[in-house]
Amino acid sequence: MTSESFQAELKSARFRREREADWRRLEGLLKRLETQPVSKLSDDDLIALPVLYRATLSALSVARETTLDRALLDYLEGLCTRAYFVVYGARPRLSRRLARFFASDWPAAARALWRETAIAGLLFALGAGLAVWLYGRDPDWFYAFIPGGLAEGRDPSATTEALRKVLYDGGHHDLLAIFATFLFTHNAQIAIFAFALGFAFGAPTALLMVTNGCSLGALLALYAAHGLGFQLGGWLAIHGVTEIFATCLAGAAGFHIGWTLAFPGAQTRPQAMAAAGRRAAILMAGVVLMLAVAGALEGIGRQLITNDLARYGVALTSAVAWGYYLYVPRRRRDAKGRV
Amino acid sequence: MSDYIRRLDQPTDSQRQLITPEGVDLRLNLGSAGHRASAFLIDAAIIIGIMIGLTLACVLAAFSLEAAAKALGVSWTGGDAIGQFVILLWLLGFFLLRNGWFLGFELGPRAATPGKRIVGLQVAMRNGGRLSADALIARNAMREIEVFLPLTFLLYNTGANVDGWIVLLGLLWSGIFALFPLFNRDRLRVGDLVAGTFVVLAPRRRLATELTQRRSALAPAFAFSPDQLDVYGVKELQVLEDVLRRNALGAQRIVAERIRGKIGWTPRPGESDGDFLDAYYAALRTRLESRLLLGKRRRDKHDVA
Repeated sequence: MTSESFQAELKSARFRREREADWRRLEGLLKRLETQPVSKLSDDDLIALPVLYRATLSALSVARETTLDRALLDYLEGLCTRAYFVVYGARPRLSRRLARFFASDWPAAARALWRETAIAGLLFALGAGLAVWLYGRDPDWFYAFIPGGLAEGRDPSATTEALRKVLYDGGHHDLLAIFATFLFTHNAQIAIFAFALGFAFGAPTALLMVTNGCSLGALLALYAAHGLGFQLGGWLAIHGVTEIFATCLAGAAGFHIGWTLAFPGAQTRPQAMAAAGRRAAILMAGVVLMLAVAGALEGIGRQLITNDLARYGVALTSAVAWGYYLYVPRRRRDAKGRV
Repeated sequence: MSDYIRRLDQPTDSQRQLITPEGVDLRLNLGSAGHRASAFLIDAAIIIGIMIGLTLACVLAAFSLEAAAKALGVSWTGGDAIGQFVILLWLLGFFLLRNGWFLGFELGPRAATPGKRIVGLQVAMRNGGRLSADALIARNAMREIEVFLPLTFLLYNTGANVDGWIVLLGLLWSGIFALFPLFNRDRLRVGDLVAGTFVVLAPRRRLATELTQRRSALAPAFAFSPDQLDVYGVKELQVLEDVLRRNALGAQRIVAERIRGKIGWTPRPGESDGDFLDAYYAALRTRLESRLLLGKRRRDKHDVA
């Protein structure tokens, strides 16, 4: 080989020189798209993006066959990957996603998981029934279900008067916001935890459902023994309808992934898990919202509403509303909103 | 889109195929367990830092307001309100950060938290499809059993009335979830499995200079014979590229001496190692690329085909 032949520009170097400007323009567009919404891009840039992406992609496949410049190949691979995720990973706007979530995704997920929800509900009821039955045999069982710290003096040794006071004590009005926030974050964290535990084939989630039911049952049995069952019902139901419903839905989401992990059905296990996980996640987003409502009802509503019948009224309203929203099928609307 | 990813015999175990609709394989590289762990630790440190910073700011505000009120001789009772605000901040702030930090950033256009960005990672769907909010919710809700469940068992140990053996069993059990990425080829954590995602390397590379266009690479003083160029293959060429790009003078001297000895090159007076390597790189690449165009890729110096 003579000296002249490699003094001329290398073919791969010319290839790069001719396309470099396009690559840099694509890189600039990607950088802008990472910091600002698509709507900020000019029409020219918007039209250029997919064209530049395809040109760069084809440059990558040519470069793989013709150049031995490792740095160039790495650069092109990285650039194409970034552009691929922008071009094919475009997501609808947040407002549209939220609208879809409330209009169809959430109720659809709740309906799809009705079996799991029923099982979670039954386990909860089983726990409550068990606690009531055991309390009937020996009131000391109360301490097994509700630890001393949580009971706050509400235990079998308390007087009827003290028990009644808890139900109608308005608490400190200036602390209501903190109380509601505490209830919400605490309950939501436990619900997310119950969902995640479903991964262990659902067993810990089932246990959580039963123990939650037990606490409720023990409290009911205690108050019923003092003739305050009806009053406690209002005190609990005003937020409990929403909260227990949400708890059962969280349990259902957990059972769904646990069951799919054990029995993936016709699909491969990773595929089935991915589908189940996403369905359950939609439901969990709804659960967190429901718990925010429950937190407000418990932390604020219950402290302000001290009339038993009004409390039952709120409970009934919420039960009907959630049931109607989640389970009553709606007619599909077309894009223009016509039924 | 679910069939875009297929495992093939790839040069490295951490590479995964992702074929775009245009038919080009993007060859994604998986983030290693070490990458993942460091990204998470950075994120956790930032979250804790934010919480501590906000709390300190509130406490400082309370103190300075109280001092100001005292100086002005005004009675001030806002301390309680600020105290309540701090409680609220911790309740809601920690909840939002714990659940929303990862979700919010991964929903963004870069599909990565600050920690992942620093390490150079991003989240992607395993089937190459678009990353959806529900997948990310599922992915991040699972962190409860991967991180917080083992942590709970660890902290339990300080409680006196729990049997040590039960805690140990719980720790082992929850350790399965925490160490899940080590037990599968795709380095999936439990959340990735449930959401259908994986975490890939997404380094930002700048377009490096074209080495063959450097002035020294074009100097006519260097003329290599075909025999002198047939000593090496692609692998050696790319090692040489690496040495040139890193611009480490010590390494360049050693490599230049090695190559001169191997090809029997007598250095002219005043010839620098860098110039020699530049010229040899350009000549070798020209030689190997022209053979590549004829369909002959010489992998390394042992490849005599």
